[in-house]
Amino acid sequence: MANALINVPPRAKRGEIIEIKTLISHPMETGYRRTQLGAAVPRDIIRTFVCTYNGTEIFRAELHPAIAANPFIAFSTVATESGTLAFQWTGDRGFSETASAAITVD
Amino acid sequence: MGGQTSRREFLAAAGGAAAGLGLASVIAVEPARATPAAMQEAIRKVVGAARVNQGRVKLELPPLVENGNTVPLTVSAESPMTAADHVKALHLFTEKNPQPDVASFRFGPRAGRASVATRMRLADTQTVIAICELSDGSFWSTSVNVVVTLAACLEEA
Repeated sequence: MANALINVPPRAKRGEIIEIKTLISHPMETGYRRTQLGAAVPRDIIRTFVCTYNGTEIFRAELHPAIAANPFIAFSTVATESGTLAFQWTGDRGFSETASAAITVD
Repeated sequence: MGGQTSRREFLAAAGGAAAGLGLASVIAVEPARATPAAMQEAIRKVVGAARVNQGRVKLELPPLVENGNTVPLTVSAESPMTAADHVKALHLFTEKNPQPDVASFRFGPRAGRASVATRMRLADTQTVIAICELSDGSFWSTSVNVVVTLAACLEEA
């Protein structure tokens, strides 16, 4: 499913700090809303986001219902070597989504 | 005056009744809310017994928010980000959202820069607190007041 958007610069100089932007489509249902009939809408959120760089974890986020729908997370890392950045989102109701991006470091 | 109710008394009584009704309906409609005390408890859970100092962490939020459903923010901390001295985590808390935790972001020295941008929900005009955890075990915090005109979390599904 292509519901995750990743923005990673394709090339970087060694030692340069690069910014990574991620966006994933997800309702982030808080669990505090009710339907018109008064029934509680169960919580359905993304709880964790992890980014690994050639297998090493560089960034992790633990999310709560206060994060807006379609979570956008931008962070940075040092470009150390060419390889892949892998992203994983996991959440309620067995939600799991992965994405990856290649980077060339010279 | 005798048995007749004066205009003044009538108005006072009516006003009181209306205020009472208003209050009752507010209490009935109000969803579960975190309180500043709940936020302090959530912060304690993260920092433990450590002292929380002021400063070093920067939280950028618009001072006036029209739509609380998606509020852009940037949280960052000045740090050399070396193995010996780096920011381990940045935590966000709110005072009046249904639950005080917003998010925790964890870094290693390879993050290069302790800075995260995301979008959050705000249920009310309130204070948002950012706490930064350094590799030496110290905690630093900052707070920002935000005025929200359209609150998140209230509409029906």
